[in-house]
Amino acid sequence: MGVSRVLAFVLTAGLALAQHTYTAGDIEDGGLLFRSTCVGCHGPDGNLVPGIDLAHMKLKRASTDDQMVAIIRNGVPGTAMPPSNVTEFQAGTIVAYLHSIGNTTGGTATAGDVTRGKAVFEGKGGCMSCHRIRGQGSRSGPDLSDVGAYRRGSEIEKSILDPDAEILPQNRTVRVVAKDGTVTTGRLMNEDTFNVMILDSKDRLVAFPRANLREFAFTDKSPMPSYKGKLSAQELGDLVAYLNSQKGVEVK
Amino acid sequence: MKRPAFLLLLIAGSLPAQVTFDRILNAAKEPQNWLTYSGAFGSQRHSSLSQITPANAKNLELQWQYQVRSLEKFEATPLVVDGIMYTVQPPNDVMAMDAATGRIFWIYSYSPASDARPCCGRVNRGLAILGDTLFMGTIDAHLVAIDAKSGRPIWNREVAKAASGYALTHAPLVVKDKVIVGTAGGEYGIRGFIAAFDSKTGNEAWRFHNIPEPGEPGHDTWKNDGWMHGGGSVWVTGSYDTDTNLTYWGIGNPGPDWNGDPRPGDNLYTDSVVALDADTGKLKWYYQFSPHDEFDYDSVQIPVLADMQWKGRPRKVMLWANRNGLFYVLDRTTGEFLQGKPFVEVNWMNGFDEKGRPMRVSGKVPSRDGTLIFPGNQGGTNWYSPSYSPRTGLFYIPTWGDYSSIYTKNDVEYEEGKNYGGGRPRATAPLARPPLNMHKEGEQFGAIRALDPNTGERKWEFKMADVTDAGILTTDSNLLFSGGREGFFYALDARSGDLLWKATLGGPIQSGPITYSVNGKQFVSVNAGSSLFVFALRQ
Repeated sequence: MGVSRVLAFVLTAGLALAQHTYTAGDIEDGGLLFRSTCVGCHGPDGNLVPGIDLAHMKLKRASTDDQMVAIIRNGVPGTAMPPSNVTEFQAGTIVAYLHSIGNTTGGTATAGDVTRGKAVFEGKGGCMSCHRIRGQGSRSGPDLSDVGAYRRGSEIEKSILDPDAEILPQNRTVRVVAKDGTVTTGRLMNEDTFNVMILDSKDRLVAFPRANLREFAFTDKSPMPSYKGKLSAQELGDLVAYLNSQKGVEVK
Repeated sequence: MKRPAFLLLLIAGSLPAQVTFDRILNAAKEPQNWLTYSGAFGSQRHSSLSQITPANAKNLELQWQYQVRSLEKFEATPLVVDGIMYTVQPPNDVMAMDAATGRIFWIYSYSPASDARPCCGRVNRGLAILGDTLFMGTIDAHLVAIDAKSGRPIWNREVAKAASGYALTHAPLVVKDKVIVGTAGGEYGIRGFIAAFDSKTGNEAWRFHNIPEPGEPGHDTWKNDGWMHGGGSVWVTGSYDTDTNLTYWGIGNPGPDWNGDPRPGDNLYTDSVVALDADTGKLKWYYQFSPHDEFDYDSVQIPVLADMQWKGRPRKVMLWANRNGLFYVLDRTTGEFLQGKPFVEVNWMNGFDEKGRPMRVSGKVPSRDGTLIFPGNQGGTNWYSPSYSPRTGLFYIPTWGDYSSIYTKNDVEYEEGKNYGGGRPRATAPLARPPLNMHKEGEQFGAIRALDPNTGERKWEFKMADVTDAGILTTDSNLLFSGGREGFFYALDARSGDLLWKATLGGPIQSGPITYSVNGKQFVSVNAGSSLFVFALRQ
């Protein structure tokens, strides 16, 4: 995200709780907290629990930001909403993040059909040559088996149309050059002080001692092409609907 | 300089990326890998790697160690595939690591349901692989398929109800396109089964009832509706024979464990080995080691398959040192009983009839006042893997010697998900040995015993002060690796039992060692305490 865009975002969002003003960075942190602790029940749009829509302040027990902060921290006894150990400020960033997603539009795509979207994913879109869903497809791009559980429809659409706009940290492409000049690209699986562990472009798990490397860096660009103008509005809507329906491996 | 590089490329290029069924079938052709729980379908836990020898074993030194984030018993045997090691941190975290350095690529953390209640520890003994998919049974009785490259789950199937006491603790067995598992839970009045699942979809392909229901052969060996909660767990991985297309599994004890009154009869197929058609699950033959068991003897062993000279002619046999104290040789094509000999002190039987049924000693049954029985409740051996070396022709058993229990029985009613034991075996010597000089010589010790399968005679014994829960590995260079509760890991000469090397690992060894190689360097790994240790020769 460029500086100008961050500024514009902050200006238009204009988010201030009772005692705090939240910067774009705070809101991003709130988003991280929301995705790591809340989406499991509330979903990426905050509307998965029946009767509750967090992003639009549709709540049973809170009508102000401060009340939401209190519920995030204390939970609701006798319900599935547990207390959490976030600070008051952190809880505030979660609320600010929820406002920010409430203020953005739900994407431009036409309402989609999951079955047709699957056909686009596996056919015209050629998505499986890089992506994978529940064991089918390639591993060179992110596995999308549970993308609908942590990405909102509008975010998915944005990634399809403008893949470089936001790349999640775990989805960056890493490039290492060994001292003998051998270049390896792939996904960083893990790293420590002395080693880097990579799933390379040939689907091999490879460990490199850092001492043997000349270069080790992430690439800025996504290897994914933009689909702007390549899919019809309906196809795009269908594809987003299909990806949005991917909530992870079901238990039978 | 160019030539070695070219050769390396050739070797690397010839490595298939995926673990096909054909590769598993021919696991012996790629000893650098360890592709199944027992190393190969014959389950001999024997490797042809021979860089480490009796002459240089003294130069073994630690290469790396991985400490798991768990205090549970660490019983898993890893798989090694082309330089990547896969193992399970208790209870159900799958890990992919660099086999040469122990560094983690990924961890898949499975959270078992809170109603999981496996008897005898929240443990897991390992994984199976097919293609690039790993398979794990969980302590809440699910079977999960996981992408071996990324650690992402592909499917998750509930095999049985955890709340009723079912669990999966052993490494699955892959045969062709199916993944085979058997359920644990015999201490909770389950009705055990073995089932095969399609490796791609997780759909159930066949199911064999370890306890036959009305209308099935063998059902008449259960009176008084005892079959409904008859137990019959599976605790360890089966074997597979491609010639007969049979898969062999050991079945655990009947329930209740120590009081046979609610279940008159032989109680098939508890305490038996069953030979099932790998495509259909149909029973081809069975042999029951301990009919109407009341000593929790199970048949919780790895079926070891060997092709050997038997009475002067080649024969396809199965070697089985049973928890009940007897070493058996069976014909694995027909199930014919060929030989049974005690390998420890045994007082509950005193011979076999012509069909191989044990002849019971009168009065040697659990009683209200207690009855002294050899071997005791943990058995002459237990779930830990034995090894057969085609090189020495000997069968090696992790053994509990001079070991007995006093079996008391009491009344018991079945209640779902609750213990269904019906008695109590009492140890005649303390099982958890305090660091005090209370131990009497000759009282309950651990040992590696080497038997000649043709005669059942002991060729040598390596005696330990404390008992053992460690499996055994042998190699073509006549090495034997094992350990015990004292926390020693050691190398013996497989021909003589002579000690060649030992290391103290600081925790009990409750797993089977394996060996593999990466870039031409041979490694030996074993779990002890909460850690995985990997050794190789000093360079």
